[in-house]
Amino acid sequence: MSAVPLVEHFAHGLDAPICLTWELTYACNLACRHCLSSSGRRDPAELSTAEAKAVIDELERMQVFYVNIGGGEPTIRPDFWELVDHATAHHVGVKFSTNGVRITPDVAASLAASARGYGGVPQSGYVDVQISLDGATAEVNDAVRGTGSFATAVQAMENLAAAGFVGFKLSVVCTRHNLPQVEAFKAMADRYGAQLRLTRLRPSGRGADVWDELHPTAAQQRELYDWLLAHGEGVLTGDSFFHLAGYGESLPGLNLCGAGRVVCLIDPVGDVYACPFAIHDAFRAGNVRGPGGFAAVWRESELFRSLRGPQSGGACAACSAYDACRGGCMAAKFFTGLPLDGPDPECVMGHGERQLAKVEPGSAPRPSLDHSRGVPITLQRRRPERACDEHPLTAAAMVSG
Amino acid sequence: MSVLEKAWALAPQVSVRSEPFGALLYHFGTRRLSFLKDRRLLAVVEGLGEAPTARQACLAAGVEPGELRAYERALARLAETDMVRERAG
Repeated sequence: MSAVPLVEHFAHGLDAPICLTWELTYACNLACRHCLSSSGRRDPAELSTAEAKAVIDELERMQVFYVNIGGGEPTIRPDFWELVDHATAHHVGVKFSTNGVRITPDVAASLAASARGYGGVPQSGYVDVQISLDGATAEVNDAVRGTGSFATAVQAMENLAAAGFVGFKLSVVCTRHNLPQVEAFKAMADRYGAQLRLTRLRPSGRGADVWDELHPTAAQQRELYDWLLAHGEGVLTGDSFFHLAGYGESLPGLNLCGAGRVVCLIDPVGDVYACPFAIHDAFRAGNVRGPGGFAAVWRESELFRSLRGPQSGGACAACSAYDACRGGCMAAKFFTGLPLDGPDPECVMGHGERQLAKVEPGSAPRPSLDHSRGVPITLQRRRPERACDEHPLTAAAMVSG
Repeated sequence: MSVLEKAWALAPQVSVRSEPFGALLYHFGTRRLSFLKDRRLLAVVEGLGEAPTARQACLAAGVEPGELRAYERALARLAETDMVRERAG
């Protein structure tokens, strides 16, 4: 059998993504301080229902196995469930991330019913639910995700558990403030029959503004690595800590940067980016509305071709850990102002920290897009000038009735 | 009885996508991804459902008798992860 390591094939790109992230809307009822897509207001150029369905049809033809749907808060799109049903009916699995705002007892019951299958027939499509929570207590969570967001997420988990939806994911972005709670997160997931999913904080979107304050310390990062190794495949990570392979043993997963090679991002207006953490012009490969649709972007974009070509290890090439960590996360380097062919800002050898000290404050690239609401959400008394100026929950409620 | 002497088929919730290096297998029930590292193994897996035994599926796909052990191990691993299932021969 083939002598070439599989990871080399992946580094050269697949015919289609294994999975991709699809932010369905920039609209969000929350304003998390670390939001990697700088979400808040709906973009008026958002893909229509028909356009979104056409994308799903294309993903089916390309045999993309599943999509990670996010946002914004995807469930406040009025056609959200229609799109989910369309995907599962077309053999595209759905994992969606939500802050829980729409996971009512009724919605939980209907999710549980479809998870049990229809008449016992196995489905080649499914819906996984990921509830986002960034603190095991309201105090820690709400400081990042906003007042009341802990209660909303807990209510959603109560509803899912009560409806018998087993194995939903409790999804946590690891920060300096919540890593001391990792055992509490695990206990919480166990209590609800859920699975814990820990992912890496990226300096993307508004995350760039809170990175210095929130990213884990070097000591916390080491503890996390040991904790993840001890828990193996029982705790999901979305392959997000591959830079920690520099410590020695790899964590479960592909352990490579899949950007433009095995994964990518479609944003709410159809722009295709190399990865979910790289919403910036420098990483935009094209738009699904262009000729040839998503497949043409995936197969032919200059950016993706260059990512699939030989990569220079740069300053990292001489490091003993380079074969394991491959220089870490491209987006983390980019948005902290580090060169792409150098160490990750959280390099386990400490090379990133030394490099960061040399970056001139304010010189790191800023996100190209910002859908943040400038002011805290308040109930509006006057009629909004455009639908997207209104609080997104209200707009969605009007349409879905 | 060895893996090679039994009859197998792809599990019903498994999707197969061919790639230049071989193929990707995705199980929609377990959400597990597997890789077939060469095209002949893909041909074996695709032929399993029609062949009376795995051995015959291998031989039909051009696997040499001296290579059968490697394919036997690969199939055993796919059976462990429910990518292929035993069927009544």
